[in-house]
Amino acid sequence: MSDTAAGLLQLVVLLVLLAAAWRPLGDWMAHVYTTEHHWRVERVIYRVGRVDPDSDQRAGTYALAVLAFSLVGVLLVYAIQRLQGFLPLDATAGGDAKGAVDPAVAFNTAISFVTNTNWQSYVPESTMSHVSNAAALAVQNFVSAAVGMAVAVALVRGFVRSRSGRIGNAWVDITRGLVRVLVPMATVLAVALVACGVVMSLRTGLTLTAADGSTHPAAIGPVASQEAIKELGTNGGGILNANSAHPFENPNGLSNLLEILAMLIIPVALTRTFGRMVGSIRQGVSLLAVMTVLWGGMLAVIWAAEAHAPGATGSGLEGKEARFGIPSSALFADTSTGTSTGAVNSLHDSYTAFGGGGTLLNMLFGELSPGGVGTGLYSILVIAIIAVFLAGLMVGRTPELLGKSLGRREVTCAAVVVLVMPTLVLLGTGAAVVLPGTAGALTNSGPHGLSEVLYAFASAANNNGSAFGGLTATSPFFQIALGAAMLFGRFLPILAVLALAGLLSAQPRRAESAGTLRTGTPLFAGLVTATVVLVSAITFLPALALSPIAEGLAASAQIGALP
Amino acid sequence: MTSSVLTPPSGTDTPPERPSGTGRSVPAGAFRPRALLEATPLALRKLDPRVQLRNPVMFVVWVGSVVVTVAAVVDPGVFAWLVAIWLWFTVLFANLAEAVAEGRGKAQADALRRTRTGTVARREDGSEVPATELRPGDRVVVEAGMTIPGDGDVVEGIATVDESAITGESAPVVRESGGDRSAVTGGTTVLSDRIVVQVTAKPGESFVDRMIALVEGAQRQRTPNEIALSILLSALTIVFLLAVVSLQPMAVYSGRPQSLVVLVALLVCLIPTTIGALLSAIGIAGMDRLVQRNVLATSGRAVEAAGDVSTLLLDKTGTITYGNRRATALHPVGVPDDELARLARLASLADGTPEGRSVVELCAERYGLPAEASADEARAEFVPFSATTRMSGVDVARPDGTTVAVRKGAVASVLAWLDEHGGVDPADGERVRRTAEEISSRGGTPLVCGQVSGSTATLGGAIELSDVVKPGIAERFADLRAMGIRTVMVTGDNPVTARAIGDAAGVDEVLAEATPEDKLALIRREQRGGRLVAMTGDGTNDAPALAQADVGVAMNTGTTAAKEAGSMVDLDSDPTKLIGIVEVGKQLLVTRGALTTFSVANDLAKYFAILPAMFAALYPQLGLLNVMGLATPESAILSAVVFNALIIIALIPLALRGVRFRPVSSEQMLRRNLLIYGVGGVIVPFLAIPLIDLVVRLIPGIG
Repeated sequence: MSDTAAGLLQLVVLLVLLAAAWRPLGDWMAHVYTTEHHWRVERVIYRVGRVDPDSDQRAGTYALAVLAFSLVGVLLVYAIQRLQGFLPLDATAGGDAKGAVDPAVAFNTAISFVTNTNWQSYVPESTMSHVSNAAALAVQNFVSAAVGMAVAVALVRGFVRSRSGRIGNAWVDITRGLVRVLVPMATVLAVALVACGVVMSLRTGLTLTAADGSTHPAAIGPVASQEAIKELGTNGGGILNANSAHPFENPNGLSNLLEILAMLIIPVALTRTFGRMVGSIRQGVSLLAVMTVLWGGMLAVIWAAEAHAPGATGSGLEGKEARFGIPSSALFADTSTGTSTGAVNSLHDSYTAFGGGGTLLNMLFGELSPGGVGTGLYSILVIAIIAVFLAGLMVGRTPELLGKSLGRREVTCAAVVVLVMPTLVLLGTGAAVVLPGTAGALTNSGPHGLSEVLYAFASAANNNGSAFGGLTATSPFFQIALGAAMLFGRFLPILAVLALAGLLSAQPRRAESAGTLRTGTPLFAGLVTATVVLVSAITFLPALALSPIAEGLAASAQIGALP
Repeated sequence: MTSSVLTPPSGTDTPPERPSGTGRSVPAGAFRPRALLEATPLALRKLDPRVQLRNPVMFVVWVGSVVVTVAAVVDPGVFAWLVAIWLWFTVLFANLAEAVAEGRGKAQADALRRTRTGTVARREDGSEVPATELRPGDRVVVEAGMTIPGDGDVVEGIATVDESAITGESAPVVRESGGDRSAVTGGTTVLSDRIVVQVTAKPGESFVDRMIALVEGAQRQRTPNEIALSILLSALTIVFLLAVVSLQPMAVYSGRPQSLVVLVALLVCLIPTTIGALLSAIGIAGMDRLVQRNVLATSGRAVEAAGDVSTLLLDKTGTITYGNRRATALHPVGVPDDELARLARLASLADGTPEGRSVVELCAERYGLPAEASADEARAEFVPFSATTRMSGVDVARPDGTTVAVRKGAVASVLAWLDEHGGVDPADGERVRRTAEEISSRGGTPLVCGQVSGSTATLGGAIELSDVVKPGIAERFADLRAMGIRTVMVTGDNPVTARAIGDAAGVDEVLAEATPEDKLALIRREQRGGRLVAMTGDGTNDAPALAQADVGVAMNTGTTAAKEAGSMVDLDSDPTKLIGIVEVGKQLLVTRGALTTFSVANDLAKYFAILPAMFAALYPQLGLLNVMGLATPESAILSAVVFNALIIIALIPLALRGVRFRPVSSEQMLRRNLLIYGVGGVIVPFLAIPLIDLVVRLIPGIG
């Protein structure tokens, strides 16, 4: 079977599995977030946390809960890293006993994992102990994902409720997301990954004997359990530096497929949850269509660019694992950048200009193809609001989405959400490239170097966390700037989304008629897709022209043909 | 509509008003190129930065123009100066759009202002004061020939009033104390009799004052939609500001810093200047279109709300049916058809009421009888309708001295009269009663017609009067339904009658035997269901419903209370106009959306013009992006800037006239407009910029 045929087959299997999971998982999550029944274990959590699970919160209270919860998360993760030398199992995965993590790294990492970014400005094997991995980082992998889902659900409630102003209970939403969705799914996936050969061990300092008899030290740790939630929660931070390119994290084609499926399954199924909650599956399907077109489009770009890499035959394999090849690498890269996961099974820096540019653009869309757990859904809903406002006036009515009219305050919230990411990316990149230290931090100069910096900020501001590579982001400037990008890129949109949810929830729901803009239609899906592409294109074209476009056109000019 | 202050004197400015309610598309305010020239002085005055600050998008262009001008002074060059000039043109063109829109209202305002000046008010004690010093509660006496000094209610007397100064309608109207015809408007003239008016409006807040402010667009408040759109446009502007500001460090990193002139040119081309420049003109023009239809809105908010309306409450009488019942059939009893027609015609010839005329018309149409009275017939003595006899007709004197009396009227009255004068066959009497009951059950009004000649009484039969649904109204309602608007017919008729007419007109719902409380309850119910409601009304008891409705259109003939409660006043007092008002509201929103989409879609082509111009020298391969084949970097950038400015001028007529509006479903409308303004917006600059470049490249120092 040819590489391409195998790739296509894998793609078909992936799509079939997703289609099969879409309905039951989507409906299950809709039930989880709407039922009034609490599970016994949840009641225990509420009692311990002293929260009233039946109180319905206003947007402000909800936001405060999310912020407080995340702040505690940052402090805990920071503290555990700093104190890991005094905690049991203090050996790192690499086998050496390690003391406290460096303050700047600990700070950056704490923000990175709480914001669901999982940008790693450190080498995990030689930095984090098993306890730090399990008690700090893996825990955040779960809860940061649960927070994203909670915020998305709160926004959906804003559309559903009429004249209420209340958007649910943050504690309940986070708890249920963990107890009823993430933990069970991660458990199943971890077992499946172990079955595929992903390691799971509390040992440290493994020594491998190679075929020639030479011995090599190898890092080992509780990988499978963290690997599962790393993909499911669209986190992306691995226990091993090589991430999903490492055979211990992602040994074969089957584990690769499972990991891709895990990244996509919740963001994709959330569209069904959305449709269920608003009472019209069509609405969810039309959002899913937008996500699919964007994800599929970028997959085609990356795959084609890599398969037709200019230069010698097989040069497209540079930076890719031979056991995955071009199609599986492209599929993984597209999914990882489209879901805000940031896990990698190949080195994006080594991709062709257009292939790498595809992964970059996938993030610059604003992480909605299909986006991270929860974040994808709320991002696409916000873009839908912008689309409705840009074009919806053309039906001769005040723009409205799902019966909620979009006035001054709603548009302001939506504008804040879409403004944050470009602001962070453009200003961050602009500041970084003029700093004298930057040139030294780059392995490449010219357009590719610019791509590396642009990618870093796009990754941080979108809470993706993947690294293009080639950029040494350990200088204080990058630690702080990228840390700030992750923090603002996560929480400013969340605050604006929750404010939006409150505003929408307080509104009466307008009746739908033949005169209202129908949203569950192919025309509307096309409109939203065009808005995503046009808005990100006109925002980032100048920057992209100087990086992947200049590089790609030069490469194709050299071989005399466009890829 | 005859001559009116609301029709600008220069005939060319306004197309002849179509009969409102029946026109299928919103009439457009025409645009004269000369208006641009006339508005230039005002546009130049608007270059004041304090004026510009109100519009964030154009303020950015204004600042950009200043920056480039300074740059051109410091480092002169053909390119820098040309960019500076065209940036100033961009600002100027935006001002021009607003000035032209405002100018259209100016002539109307001036004419209105003339009605106010010099009016003297006479108090009840005979003392005279200037009209401007009247306060609410003051009582003034107005006699024939005098101008009413201010808005108020007639508290004493009855008079005919010429309201043409306000409404353009030359036929005088009656105003009397008490009841629903007591409101008078300042600036109108009393033609006969004497009335005492109690002033209700404060100086400067009268109806005419409000009209002047409105047509001038002076105190124009930005509408909610406009504000929301401005926020979005500001957000886009910020995005582009960031894109351009961050571009410079990237350009420095790449090894080719850009000049300030080029960066400002890029910024101005990217920010949504087209819609930013035309936004306020669109709003003013939308208001103007209503004024041209003789409708005054108290706020722009109301006009916008009209576009959102999803339920229309329409009064049956005057809107759906003609104001009066008309004869629609003759039912002879005991006589041949044409004999009844002869009697009915004779009984109605001298009857000037609409019902009477309709009988004559029916007889002329169906039975070929003359519509005009012959000389003989004209000599007959008319017996008018009275509340006691409940019938009317004529007494025709015969040459032999006898008199033939012909009467038509209420069933029981005419039958009693016939019985008195000789009587008719009881079986015929019974038959005509049954016919009359059938007519009633159909929702019609039966009249019985008979003749007494000497001692012989002859029963003719029954005349059926019924409501006639206006032609074309059912199609209008079908259009409204396609647009997602429900129609509710409101009538005092009984449910059976109401249903019959409602079905004929094709309304969605009928509110029969409606009291003002029922109307209010219906509006509240619709609003709870998430629908916006529009209605018309004129009586004081309509006021609560008018106030509750999202769009309440008060008839100008109505009471002060009704006019105060409504959000619009229809000077023609034509309730059918409600449909047209909804269309104007929708058109206003569509125009804004279309130009926003167009503006944003334009950006793609501008990038293809400017980016290769900026960086092709650095990365020659970026020259591939110069798909338009623009001559030089300077000509490319200048062409984009020129296009950006000229497109504003090119779109002024569209902004003023409004995008063509058709009553179709939202899906069709969106598809159509996305194609024209979205896809068109992507394509147009790709065609226009190279054309401009063909000229620009000829300039020495550019090409």
